[in-house]
Amino acid sequence: MTQFVIFIVFLGCGFIFGQMAEKKHYKSIIEREQQTNHLPVIASKFPPESGSYHQQLIAGSVVVASDYFKSFTAGLINIFGGHVTPYESLLDRGRREAILRMKHEAQQINADYVFNIKLETTRIATGRLGAIEVLAYGTALIPHQNASEQQDAQQNALQA
Amino acid sequence: MLITNLEIVPNIRIIKHIGLVQGSSVRSKHVGRDIMAGLKNIFGGELQGYTELLHESRKEATERLVKQAESIGANAVLNVRYSTSSIAAGAAEIFVYGTAVQVEPINDSTLPSAE
Repeated sequence: MTQFVIFIVFLGCGFIFGQMAEKKHYKSIIEREQQTNHLPVIASKFPPESGSYHQQLIAGSVVVASDYFKSFTAGLINIFGGHVTPYESLLDRGRREAILRMKHEAQQINADYVFNIKLETTRIATGRLGAIEVLAYGTALIPHQNASEQQDAQQNALQA
Repeated sequence: MLITNLEIVPNIRIIKHIGLVQGSSVRSKHVGRDIMAGLKNIFGGELQGYTELLHESRKEATERLVKQAESIGANAVLNVRYSTSSIAAGAAEIFVYGTAVQVEPINDSTLPSAE
């Protein structure tokens, strides 16, 4: 009986807090995606021939955990087969978050483009723990002008 | 040291191909973090402890890659790839590999400064 009560409490907690966290996360993802929309992320290996750019490898990663309710419903769906929607949204959130973090890093170094983006997903925990790590990485192309401006700014700061 | 996951770098000529270089790092967090992660698994959300851990080990793996590349006389690593695998509960291996080369600028103003 106690076990059943604990199970129901976990399930309820997972449902309420999990849904809340997901909604909040999606809201922030959409907001930040609109803010960083002007920075192109391109899955091409070939950088533009024209213009002189400085290259830098950048990455963004996130570890997201599933909640008790998600794990439980996924287990149920597994019996009958079909789309495991609880995990689909989890992976979607993870990927978009990782790309956003990578873009954030690109913005900080004044990059114009991010080329050859690669995404990688790993299940990082074993046993009952359901968590995934998503890594997004790519090459940021920084225009040389900006780099020299930065150097000038640093030199000015040193002289001051 | 130029590190990129592109194969072609504009304005730079590859003068010598040196070979594959790699770096790896296996790390884990203390039990407290693992217990917290277990709790977080009921409520869902980001596991910040693990995000941090993997970020640190990625940095370390990349440092090892750079060190290896430097020791064999390369000044650039091209086509870099990352891979992660969970090898035990609470421990993850980060592996990074790429092709070490020696490059020279086509016109000298465009070589990224060796930082």
